Amino acid sequence: MNAAIGETVSVAALLGVLAWAVIRPRGWPEAVAAVPAAAILIAVGAIPVGDAGTEARRLGPVIGFLIAILVLAHLCDDDGLFKACGAWMARSSAGRPRRLLILVFVTAAVTTAVLSLDTTVVLLTPVVFATAARLDLRARPHVYACTHLANSASLLLPVSNLTNLLVFATSGLAFGRFAELMALPWLVVIGVEYAVFGRFFASDLAAKGPGSRTRPEAGDVGLPVFTVTVVILTLAGFVAASAAGVSPAWAALAGAAVLAARALARKRTTPLGLLRAADVPFGLFVLGLGIVVAAVVDNGLDTALRPLLPAGTSLPALLAIAALAAVLANVCNNLPAVLVLLPLTVTSGAGAVLAVLLGVNIGPNLTYTGSLATLLWRRSLRSHGETPDLGEFTRLGLLTVPAGLVLAVLALWAGLRAMGG
Amino acid sequence: MTDSDTAIRSVYIWIAEGTWRASVDAALSLAPDGVRFTLLHVTSPDAADTAHGAYRGLLGRGGPDPGQRLEALASISAADLIEAAARRLGRPCDRLEIQGHTERAVVAVSADADLLIVARDGDRSRLGPKSLGKATRFVVDHAACPVLLVWPEAAPDVGTIPPPPHHPHHRGP
Repeated sequence: MNAAIGETVSVAALLGVLAWAVIRPRGWPEAVAAVPAAAILIAVGAIPVGDAGTEARRLGPVIGFLIAILVLAHLCDDDGLFKACGAWMARSSAGRPRRLLILVFVTAAVTTAVLSLDTTVVLLTPVVFATAARLDLRARPHVYACTHLANSASLLLPVSNLTNLLVFATSGLAFGRFAELMALPWLVVIGVEYAVFGRFFASDLAAKGPGSRTRPEAGDVGLPVFTVTVVILTLAGFVAASAAGVSPAWAALAGAAVLAARALARKRTTPLGLLRAADVPFGLFVLGLGIVVAAVVDNGLDTALRPLLPAGTSLPALLAIAALAAVLANVCNNLPAVLVLLPLTVTSGAGAVLAVLLGVNIGPNLTYTGSLATLLWRRSLRSHGETPDLGEFTRLGLLTVPAGLVLAVLALWAGLRAMGG
Repeated sequence: MTDSDTAIRSVYIWIAEGTWRASVDAALSLAPDGVRFTLLHVTSPDAADTAHGAYRGLLGRGGPDPGQRLEALASISAADLIEAAARRLGRPCDRLEIQGHTERAVVAVSADADLLIVARDGDRSRLGPKSLGKATRFVVDHAACPVLLVWPEAAPDVGTIPPPPHHPHHRGP
């Protein structure tokens, strides 16, 4: 197929897939559009069957890895891990809002890093809200902290974010090496978030009454020791497997399998429950989207975007790459953004792809839904007067994202220089 | 003007997390007998909206929307809070639980009240200037009814007010 026609068809397919994902007609899963779109592009020859196969072979293990993490997190929730975190935060905060904020920061940052941002958004945020309400504290700063850190604290490990897994699979970095290079940017960004939150929510964080409305929660449980041990061993398994040249996805699978077997034996879950936690439609969506994006990139986007991307890993180059990634992530979403930018930057080395990650992971905090497209669609759906307070969310994003991004890139650059990129 | 024109018949008590006891206590100690109390709590959609937005940002993920879970939790928490306030008040009262933009909702529903009792939020370590939090400041500024502004705890010392700026006539003869 002629490249111009191929590009036109591919771009149309990508726009269709993204529009579907934003609008979600009848609440149907995103895969309903993404899989047929990929099949059509292969059928009309916009992407050669061999290339689509290569992309599928690249994405397959990544999706498997993610599914194992999602199941692991789901089983941790079933075992009461996040409830136990809530009880621990309630106890340790002694009803003091600023202390609770620190505990929420620690919990959300660690949860995001180890069990991925999905876990923080879906499983931890409700627990944090309930904890604040139970302590008679205003929940707003703590809930915002969860949603912000789900993005910005997802820098540390390959498993923290699907974007990281995609980079990890392509860049050839070892698990430990990835964590080494991202540790400093991760800490720096969390520090920026904390400094801004403390001032931004000063009023909410001052509101503590003379006593507290704390009531003991029925069924307060201690830390599920077995579950935590399995998670820690899984984490150690990531590093060990990667060092031995084996895919760390196997460690995730082993961890999930141990918890699943135990939960099944104790009748705490069912095979159907596990299948639902695995979120197969999501995996199919990523596969379809990956093939569609590959078609868009191969048919001409790569030559169009390449001049915009500076080569090398000098500080200005890293800053430019991170900024472009953040902008692209905010236009549509960080998943297509990283799929587009990864093939263009992977030749420039580890520094360049990690700079892409800084942009696509920190950037989404600028807009309330992580992308302008989703934001505009949601606004158009709502009648006037019941729109959320976007001004506040955007102000918080403007205070944290540019500062966090620049300082994180500086930290990455310093790390690359100190440890050798 | 007769006494009946200024008599307080309807008192609205704004119940907010962390500071509600002070509002209830002020109502008990300052409002005359026979008034009609209304406990007012506003649930802002901010938290649930933020969670919903973050969930939509996870493009393509299935599973439950934490925004809906937060809405349910917020409604339970608001009911609990109003219940606790009603118990502390210990008098017959109306209960008003509203969803909306907190400070605007408070101003709107209290417009016909004879008194609105508000506990301060914001910086409570000093008397000012600009120590009021955003929500309280908006309500004090915009309220259509008389407002009673109370300290949630003992008020700071008057000495926490900074000295007035120097004026030119202080420079000497």
